[in-house]
Amino acid sequence: MSEKLVVIGAGMASGRVLEELFEAAPGRYSVTLFGAEPRGNYNRIMLSPVLSGEKTYEEIITHDADWYSAHGVTCRFGERVTGIDRDKKVVFSDAGETPYDKLLLATGSDPFIIPAPGHDLPGVLTYRDLDDTNAMIGAAAKPGAKAVVIGGGLLGLEAAAGLKMRGMDVTVLHLMGHLMERQLDAAAGYLLEKELKGRGIHVHTRANTHEIVGSDKVEAVRLDDGTEYEADIVVMAVGIRPSTGLASSSGLMCGRGVHVDDAMVSSDESVLAVGECVEHRGLCYGLVAPLYDMAKVAAQTLAGHDAAYTGSVTSTKLKVTGVDLFSAGDFAEGEGREEIVLRDPTRGVYKRLVIEENKIVGVVLYGDTQDGAWFFGLLKDKTDIAEMRETVIFGPSFAGGAPVDPMAAVAALPDDAEICGCNGVCKGTIVQSIQSGAGDLDAVRGGTKASSSCGTCTGLVEQLLAVTMGDAYAAPAAKPVCGCTDLTHEDVRRIIKAGKITSMAGAMQECGWKTSCGCHICRPALNYYLLSDFPDAYRDDPQSRFVNERNHANIQKDGTFSVVPRMWGGITNPKELRAIADVAERFDVPTVKVTGGQRIDLLGVKKEDLPEVWRELNDAGLVSGHAYAKGLRTVKTCVGTDHCRFGTQDSTGLGIKIEKRMWGSWTPHKVKMAVSGCPRNCAEATCKDIGVICVDSGYEVSVAGAAGMDLKQTQPLAKTETEDEAIDLIVAFTQLYRENAKYLDRPYRWVEKVGMDWVRARVVDDLEERLALVARFDFSQSIYQTDPWAERAEEQQSRQFRPLADLTLQAAE
Amino acid sequence: MDQVTPLNRWVEIGRLEDIPKRGARVVKTDAGCVAVFRTFEDAVYALEDRCPHKNGPLSDGIVHGDAVTCPLHNWVISFETGQAQGADEGSVRTFPVKVENGALFLDTGRVLRSASVLSAA
Repeated sequence: MSEKLVVIGAGMASGRVLEELFEAAPGRYSVTLFGAEPRGNYNRIMLSPVLSGEKTYEEIITHDADWYSAHGVTCRFGERVTGIDRDKKVVFSDAGETPYDKLLLATGSDPFIIPAPGHDLPGVLTYRDLDDTNAMIGAAAKPGAKAVVIGGGLLGLEAAAGLKMRGMDVTVLHLMGHLMERQLDAAAGYLLEKELKGRGIHVHTRANTHEIVGSDKVEAVRLDDGTEYEADIVVMAVGIRPSTGLASSSGLMCGRGVHVDDAMVSSDESVLAVGECVEHRGLCYGLVAPLYDMAKVAAQTLAGHDAAYTGSVTSTKLKVTGVDLFSAGDFAEGEGREEIVLRDPTRGVYKRLVIEENKIVGVVLYGDTQDGAWFFGLLKDKTDIAEMRETVIFGPSFAGGAPVDPMAAVAALPDDAEICGCNGVCKGTIVQSIQSGAGDLDAVRGGTKASSSCGTCTGLVEQLLAVTMGDAYAAPAAKPVCGCTDLTHEDVRRIIKAGKITSMAGAMQECGWKTSCGCHICRPALNYYLLSDFPDAYRDDPQSRFVNERNHANIQKDGTFSVVPRMWGGITNPKELRAIADVAERFDVPTVKVTGGQRIDLLGVKKEDLPEVWRELNDAGLVSGHAYAKGLRTVKTCVGTDHCRFGTQDSTGLGIKIEKRMWGSWTPHKVKMAVSGCPRNCAEATCKDIGVICVDSGYEVSVAGAAGMDLKQTQPLAKTETEDEAIDLIVAFTQLYRENAKYLDRPYRWVEKVGMDWVRARVVDDLEERLALVARFDFSQSIYQTDPWAERAEEQQSRQFRPLADLTLQAAE
Repeated sequence: MDQVTPLNRWVEIGRLEDIPKRGARVVKTDAGCVAVFRTFEDAVYALEDRCPHKNGPLSDGIVHGDAVTCPLHNWVISFETGQAQGADEGSVRTFPVKVENGALFLDTGRVLRSASVLSAA
């Protein structure tokens, strides 16, 4: 007489166990199969194509009624098991008791529901089974229906893509900074987001769901930041957790999942468990490959053979048609790990291998995944790749050819593509000039005017020379930003602007960065370019800023900091001076010094005291002087008509107005200004980045001076009659500098490259352009003109300045 | 279970989320300050918070990959080895640190022992 095997759960894991079992021990068991769904086993990972309409349910059935009857399986589909009595060896269901000799738990997992208000409204769906899928298909049938998918992981994105293909208006909300952060690094996450947006799916990252709104059904989803998205359905796909209710209530040992040993046996030797409900060696799995590995072992155990499951290495592929994405192993940076990165911006390809001790331990592929299986094989087999290290990233078919051609992008541009925006020169004109003899950059500049103004297209023109002339062209050694790229600053700025790139990961991808996350040289530059070009869409990254800008104070040689409060135009008063004196005494500030820019510098403040120092200065009305910033530093003034017998205009007042308008703005390098009330120039305005000399008839604005490593007198920009016009000119010049200069070029260096004529043409002669520059500056200020000290003096932020822990003996006492 | 010996004393110092990604926080000990770093992908490292060049606070540097650039003179120090990279020569001590269920643990036994070895030498 055969033994009785009861199986709870008719999903893919138990389906595979039965297949393997009937092969390994035919006739040994008579099987009763319970399933909560009113149907047999089907290929759950193919639900995405069913949702999108590319497949039907019938096509994904794996075990039909004939199969079950051929193997003598008693099917109890749609009947929920409510309990287990392990002493009596029976399971309970609505129909009563069912006895077993062996019990197999394959209860799978439950979707995790965010407990936000409204989560139980009709229209809130999960995405686990055919019923969920059909509910989504039903909702999509209404024309113009809107779906919000909460969760930008594997499941959520497949749901989003499927619903979009069904014609719905889809928004994906994701808590983390980039999509699929468990499987992808930031670069691949960026490409994926770009692809989905290209399909018309709206993606909102860093989205914290506050509430699901609706009276008797779902109407909208509201985020913590107040954003609201209308919704006819909300799909919760934030994660799964092993379904252990039945197991734990019957006293089986459970952690996150049902505990099993290597033979897939639970804490009761008569009860086995497989699949997503299982915790094996501390790990739970949610992908199909490990389930099959477990199923094989469970079947052998049931058949009475020795077998051991030792864990799985998993890989992930997103099942969205047209999106090629592969991830496997561990791609975190870590001790002894190195990476090989290959990017091809024109094809949207990103490949990254993480190597440890000459073995591949992690793979992320986007855009071209055909080598995924090969890399995954090397990873699983722990193959030593030392021999093929140089070429492994190109895949198994690599036969020694040249790596991806960096010129391809330029070669592919049409003839009418504009290369030089300043002078309106298109590719065809430049190529023609090269073909008729212009053999280097200067010759092209002379012949076409391309690259002869702001210079940001220089890289492109050089590439055109190389493409057109081939080996005959000897490229000058252009200085790349850093070791992470071959591109120059100018190239990078152009690509960011042209591609409207608003994220660091995006910039690195589109520029073909050779490292996954840059270095201390390129990250501050990229951070500046992004926030300068897209003040609203880009979010400033403090971790990509140099210490002084991150801590809003200047680091000194002993690791302490200096603090300089702002004194508008160099004017102060007794109240401010008293506050500064109090702070200096209270915090034992060793040195108090007057600076060259008419400010007071408190030197030697300990990092952990900074927030408290700022709070006290804030209380007296003092804000950050940005003495640490690549930004507006000081506007130095003389006393002008207020007191001076020679003064011609209110130089102090103008200095204060300029400083109030422009403080808090970030620039490629520091910007210092001065306003002198008469040509005696007591404020030394003619060696500043921007200087104003007041005269009887108005204001002489001059720019691009220097008094540092180089000494330069300013060059005249324009003379104005009114204060307002002088301020407009200054603001417009600064904005032109912000938008075009290379990071860490002071204005005088930048003006040397572009020429005063080019600057005057935009800032002075073209009134429309001047006003546009002013408007863009003011827009940026509407976001960035905030006192960083006040923000950081708040408790939440000030913690970052204190030690994480104090383990000294003194602290213990 | 970790063996408790004088060489091995794990002390909880905070939570992973207390340190910004690509950032660091300082732990004060009787053997000096220890910088605890968190990379973009949540690996953590603990290093002596003194650059071998001129004692700069590494905890205030820019974190990139598994290295930090000293804020004073741009020496690049590897998290893994504590060695200065490139042409610069010098090293800082590294200490065991681990994350368990989001909590950070530092092996203070190792921190203190390395200090006593140094002072004895």
